Amino acid sequence: MELLIDGLKKAIEMIFTGNPEVFAITWLTLKVCLIAILISTLIGLPLGILLGLSRFRGRRFLLLFINMGMGLPPVVAGLWITMFLWRSGPLGEWRLLYSPTAIVMAQVLVSLPIVTSLTSSAFQQINEKMLLQIKALGATRLQTLMILVKQSKIAIVAAIMAGFGRVIAEVGAAMMVGGNIQGDTRILTTTIVMEVSKGNFDIALALSFILLSLALMITAALTFLQQRRRFS
Amino acid sequence: MRKNRLLITLFAFMLLILSACGNSDTKTNAAPKEKKAAEKPAPTEMILATTTSTQDSGLLDVIIPMFEKENNVKVKTIAVGTGQALEMGTKGEADALLVHAPAAEKAVVDAGDAINYKRVMYNDFVLVGPKENPADVSGQDIKAAFKKIADTKGVFISRGDDSGTHKKELSIWQADTIKPEGEWYVSTGQGMGQTLQVAAEKKGYVLTDRATWLAQEKNLNTLKIVVEGGQDLMNIYHVMQVNPEKHNMVNSKDAEKFVKFMVDKKTQEVIENFGKKEYGQSLFISYTE
Repeated sequence: MELLIDGLKKAIEMIFTGNPEVFAITWLTLKVCLIAILISTLIGLPLGILLGLSRFRGRRFLLLFINMGMGLPPVVAGLWITMFLWRSGPLGEWRLLYSPTAIVMAQVLVSLPIVTSLTSSAFQQINEKMLLQIKALGATRLQTLMILVKQSKIAIVAAIMAGFGRVIAEVGAAMMVGGNIQGDTRILTTTIVMEVSKGNFDIALALSFILLSLALMITAALTFLQQRRRFS
Repeated sequence: MRKNRLLITLFAFMLLILSACGNSDTKTNAAPKEKKAAEKPAPTEMILATTTSTQDSGLLDVIIPMFEKENNVKVKTIAVGTGQALEMGTKGEADALLVHAPAAEKAVVDAGDAINYKRVMYNDFVLVGPKENPADVSGQDIKAAFKKIADTKGVFISRGDDSGTHKKELSIWQADTIKPEGEWYVSTGQGMGQTLQVAAEKKGYVLTDRATWLAQEKNLNTLKIVVEGGQDLMNIYHVMQVNPEKHNMVNSKDAEKFVKFMVDKKTQEVIENFGKKEYGQSLFISYTE
C-alpha cells in the first residue's frame, strides 16, 4: 500500500516538476498511439462499413481473418514486423527497425482488426427495412451512407475506443520493434517494464499513473463524443 | 443542422489528432535539417547490441552520451541477453556488440561474423540465496555450492534465457556433471532483475552479476550473498564490431570507432569510477588487453 501512495506522489512530482525525460516519453506515447489509431480508423472504418453492408464472394472468409486478427498477440505482430524490417529482411533497406515508425506499424497491425471487425458488426445490425425506407425516400448513396454512419455512431466510437485501448496497452511489440531506446523509442509501457526489471517500483508505479491519466483523457474525449445527445 | 453539428465535431476531433501528428512530423523532419544548416551534419546511426546488465546498472547512460558527442553518432542501444545480442551480430542486424560470454563470443569471432574483438572490463558473479541459507553454502567454491544445492534439492532460480549469466550457470552445472532438472530448478526465461525478484519471492538461490545485485539489493531483503570471490566467478565483457565484409549493411565506420572508444584510457577511467559514489565500490573494473 505504501508503495502505491509513494508511486502516486512520485507521479505528481514528475508531472509538476516537468521532468523532461518523462515528458518526452509521455509525448511520444501519445503521438505514436494517436497516429496508430488514426491510421487504423482511416482504414478500418471504410473497410468495416464495406464488410458490413455489401455482400461479395470471400466476404465471410475475410471476416474470419479479421476476427481472428482481434486476438493477434502483440508479440506475434512484433515478431513478424521485426522480421520484415531486419536489414536482411524484405524491407531492410528502409532502416525502420528500432524507430517510432516501426512501433506505429505494429500498433496498427494489432488495432486495425478490432476497429474493422467491430465496425462491420455495427453495420451488419442495421435493419433492412430502414435501408429500404431510406432508399424509398430518394436518398443518394452518399446520403444513405451518412445516415447510417450517424445511426451507428455509438458503435463506431466504441470500435475506435477498443482499438485505442489495445494500442495504448501494447508493450510486447513496442519492445521488440522499438527496442526501448532512450530518447528515441521509449514509450510509457516499455519504460514501465524496464523500470520494474531495474527494481525501481516507485518510478514504474508513477509512470503507470501517468499512463492511466493519458488513457483517461483520450477515452473521456471519445466517450463525450459518443454520448452527445443525438437529438437536440 | 443536427447532422452538420455532428460532422463538425467529428471534423474537429480529426483535426486535433492530425495536428498532433503534424507536429510530430515537422518536428522530426525539422530537427536534422536545422542541424545540417547550422552546425554539423546529421548524426549517423549505429546499433549497439548489448546485455541487460550494462543497461540496468546504468553504465550505458554514462558512457554512450560521451561517445555520441565525440563522434556525432546516434547510438541505438538494444539491451537483450548475450545470446540474442550475439545472434543479432551473426545476422548483421547490429553494428557493434558489448557482451559477456567469452566461449560463445569466440564462436562468433571464429565464424568471421565479428572482428576487432577486444576485452573491456570485468566484474564478478555472485551466488545469492535466502538469508536462512537452507542448503548451507558459503565460501568461494561455486562448484561445491551448486552441488550442495542440487543434493539438498534447494530451490534454484535460473535465468533460462541464453544470456551470459545463464551460460555461466550452465557451465558450472556442466563442470559438476549435474543435470539441473526437477521441481527445485526454476527457469524464469527473464532478465536478471526479474529473476532476482522471483528468487526473493520463492526463497531460492540465484546466480547474478554483482552490478545488478548491488543496484537491486534494496528491494530484495530476503536474500543475501552466499558465495563470492572464486576464480570461476569472473565475468568478462568484450566489445567487437560486426564484420562488414560479411554483412554489407553494417555501419563499420562508427562501430570501429566504438571499439576504440571502449578500450580508450579516458573511457576506462569513467568505467572504473562508475558506481563508486552510490555503492562504495566499482561495478565494473577496467580490464583491457
